[in-house]
Formats: sequence, C-alpha cells, structure tokens
Amino acid sequence: MKRKDILFWIGAALFLAACLAMTQIVTNQYPFFAAYVILQFMVLAVAWSILGGYAGYVNFGTSAFFGIGVYTAVFLVKAFGAPLPLQIGVAALIGALMGFALGLLTLRMQGIFFSIATIALTIVIETTITNWRYVGGAAGIQLQRPPVIEPFPNYVQLLFFVQALLVVLAIAISRYIQNSWIGRGLQALRDDELAAECTGVPTLRLKLLACVVSGALMCAAGAPAAMYLQYADPSSAFNLNYSVTVLAMSLIGGTAHWAGPVIGAILLGSTQQLLTVTISSEVNVLVLGVMLVLFVVGAPEGIIGLVRRIGHYRRRGA
Amino acid sequence: MTAVETQPPLLRIAALTKRFGGFTALDNVSVDIRPGERFGLIGPNGSGKTTLINCISGAFRTEPGTVLFRDEDITPLPPHTRTRRGIARSFQIPRPFRSMTVAENLMVALDFAAHDIVSTANRRDTMMAILARMGLEAKANVPATKLSQVELRKMELARAMATHPKLLISDEAMAGLSSSEVDEVLDLLMSFAREHITIIMIEHIMQAVMRFSDRVMCLDAGKIIALGTPTEVMADRRVQEAYLGT
Repeated sequence: MKRKDILFWIGAALFLAACLAMTQIVTNQYPFFAAYVILQFMVLAVAWSILGGYAGYVNFGTSAFFGIGVYTAVFLVKAFGAPLPLQIGVAALIGALMGFALGLLTLRMQGIFFSIATIALTIVIETTITNWRYVGGAAGIQLQRPPVIEPFPNYVQLLFFVQALLVVLAIAISRYIQNSWIGRGLQALRDDELAAECTGVPTLRLKLLACVVSGALMCAAGAPAAMYLQYADPSSAFNLNYSVTVLAMSLIGGTAHWAGPVIGAILLGSTQQLLTVTISSEVNVLVLGVMLVLFVVGAPEGIIGLVRRIGHYRRRGA
Repeated sequence: MTAVETQPPLLRIAALTKRFGGFTALDNVSVDIRPGERFGLIGPNGSGKTTLINCISGAFRTEPGTVLFRDEDITPLPPHTRTRRGIARSFQIPRPFRSMTVAENLMVALDFAAHDIVSTANRRDTMMAILARMGLEAKANVPATKLSQVELRKMELARAMATHPKLLISDEAMAGLSSSEVDEVLDLLMSFAREHITIIMIEHIMQAVMRFSDRVMCLDAGKIIALGTPTEVMADRRVQEAYLGT
C-alpha cells in the first residue's frame, strides 16, 4: 500500500470511530437525525459523481435510484421482515441491475438526451410504485422499527452509524475508480468519446460499469431511509429534489476529485439542515438555486477547482 | 514483382459503400494495403478520404462491404477492439483529452491499447521514449490544451504510436503547419515506416505525399479514380481534372 492509501484508511477508521463514539456519548437524538441526512447526501453525491463527474454523464435520475432503494426496503420488511443489512444488500443489487438496464437503454444517447431519459425513468418508476397497492400505493406505508441492536442506545443512532459505513464504502470505491485505469478511461471518454475509442478505451463498457456502481450505491443509500422515517410514500421517496440537490452538491464541491462531492454534501447538507430549523424547509431550494448559480458563474470547477487554481497561482507567485 | 507485392495484404477493403441518407460518401471502394507500405490517400475536399478512414477505424458502420485486417474480418468490431488489434489513427482536427497532460494522454493509449504489449512497470519509460522521439519530452507534464498546433499534431501521432499499431492512419497531420514543421512530421512518419509500421497518409500537401508514398490512391466523389505510384497518379488526367476542375 502506498502512503496515501494508508493515510486514507487511517482517516476512514478515525471517522468511523468518531461516529461510533458520538452514538455512545451524545444522548440527544436530534444531532443524529440531522447528521444522518448529511451522510445520506454524501453517499448520493459521491455515487452521482462516478457517472456524472468522472464520465460526464449528467444523471437526473438520482431520485429514481434513491426511491427504489427505499421501496426495496419497504417490500422486504413487509414481505419477510428482513433485517437492515439484507435490505441494504438487496437494494444495492437491484440498484446495480437498474443501473445496468438504464445504461443499456440510454448510454448511447449523449449529453442532454441522456439527462432527459433519466428524468423520464424517474417518472415511470414513481408511477409504477404509486399504483402498487402492496407497498402502500399513493397513500404511503407505515413501518415498525425492529428492536435496536447493542451497543446503540436508539435506532436513529444505529442508522446514523450504518450510513457512516456506507459513506466510507462509497468514498473508497470512488477513490479506487479515480486512481485506477477505470478512472483514466472514464476521464478520456468524458473529454472525447471518439478519440477515447480510437485509443483503445471500451467506452460503452466503462460507462455501463460507472452506471452500475453509481446505481448500486444510490439504492443502498436509500434503503435505510425507510426505517429512518418509519414511513414511505412515492412522492417523497422519488422527490426530484434529491436529483437536483445531489447534482448541486457534486458541482459545487467539484467533480474532478472524489473529495469534491464530499465537501459539497457537507457544505450544502449542513446549510440545508440549518435553514430547515431556523427558517423553513422551503427556503432550502431557493438557497440551493442561488448557490448553484453563484458557483456555475464564479467557480465552474467547484471548490476543488477553486482550491487547485489558488494553489497553482501561489506556486507561480513563489 | 517485388517481395512486398506477393505478401498477403495487411488491410483489405472489399466493396465498401457508405451512405449518409441519400448521399453516397463511398461508392464500392476496394483496395489492398500491403504490409510495410507507405500509402498516400488524396482527393479533393469531400471526396470521402476521412469517411474511408472512419470506416477502417470503426467510427462508422459500413453496409455493405467488408474490412479485413490481417486476414480477419473486422467489419463488426467496435473502434477500441480495432485499435487493440493494431489500427491507430490521428484526427484531422486534433482531439486531445483536454483535461489531461500530454503524458496522461499517452498513458490512456498504453493502459488500454498496449496493455498486453507493454508491462505496467515499463509504461512510464515507454511513454517517455515515445515523447522523446517526437521532441515532446519537455512537454510531458503540460496540459494538452496548452500545446501549439504542431505540438498537438505530434501528440496525436505520439498517442497513436503509444497504442503500438501495425497500421497507422495519419489524417492530415500536416494541415496548417509551416514547411519546416511539415518536414519534421514527415521525417517522423518516415521513421515509423522504417520500423515496418504500415502507414496510410491523408494529405493535401502534394509535395509531402509524393515524397512519402510508395503508392497513392486518389478518391473523387467516393470513387477510386487513380491508384499507382505517385508519378503515375499525378500524371493521370482524371486526377488533374478532379483537382483543377474541367
């Protein structure tokens, strides 16, 4: 292992240890409730970035994947009383299959056409779930949380820690892709698809892979949300806000590096949580829009791009 | 007959036709390219030169017609598989990977097309050797967007060479260059040819084509109108008409 890898895994271990310690020390449930959402958006943004950032295919279907994750958990709980790890595992599997299908259907389209197709997918799936009585249909469904497992004092703390694990998993995968030949191939095809093909890059296969990995992570991130809210309904599980927020987080953080969406999710996620408590949840969307516009104009490569540019000037100046 | 002529062809294009809607860009084109040959491809604008290259490299699907490479039918194969089998190309308008440095551009080729030929440990050295040969070693860590026109052309050739091709297709690699730069690029192509890499060169600069080619083929409106030694083709009345008009 290289030095950077060791540092990364030490960082990940410290992060998880801190999360675990927090569940033991902090007794107030609200911080976990809020932090869970931020962690969930970190997974979604990192996952989105694998296809949207590295490969440059803007996916507006985050809410479709997220919602399918939620409803996979709902179905498993209702039908079999499945435990949480199984809910997440099956959701990831279904997400991977869905990513594969979406990829096969749409990756031959480029640019805006791909994005439109992903929106269409969201609507099709939402409509299907809305009309599926077994999982509650349009009215939604109430869920009972199972008894909490030691050492967690409460189910919210448990979910918080599980989502933290998913964050580490998502970042590790994204980081691996970025530093491997897969990342180089995705970067090449984002720059120029024909040139990439003619340089030996199997573009369709790499895009499919990105779609599968991204989809699996998004669905996995959605699965615990069913137990988090103890309730699921199609219009909130498939809310287009997920797609827009995740896209904004990735773009504001910067898509050139795995850390970009992480930074974006922390920044935007905490701002949103703060606004929800202090003003109203509707202001969220407004703030999101304003920030997105500011970044697109001022720092089109996001915070990562901004930091790199400043570093570049500093080195030149010195 | 020389020894070269009796060998089986490296590339056989058989009855290739390419239509875009009602427009026939290539009309029943058949030609054999021999191993080690320096093959010039000329023709007025819109005569189908680049279309032919796109059909050989796989960017366009052809129907009907077949492309055989080393006695294998590659017609159904996607471009990346063709590149891995040994067909590399440059582009008329350079298409670098813009977010990457020159070195990274070449590493894409080494990672994806030459991974069976060059071991992981040797890739950096191979990459630097190719850059040195092109006179680009000082530019290795420069972003591809910061290159001059001639450097960009050379980088395209370097990237193509990094795939370790058996057939290199140069699509107007000299367009827009000064005469000394044209000589530089021509010398590079000549040196590749000496290593038994077969080269198809599309070019508008006649002097370069005459100096470079063993054989020249002239296309006009998607049809072959002349095929032979450079002198034969230049003397052909139809070629002169195609270029000068009647």
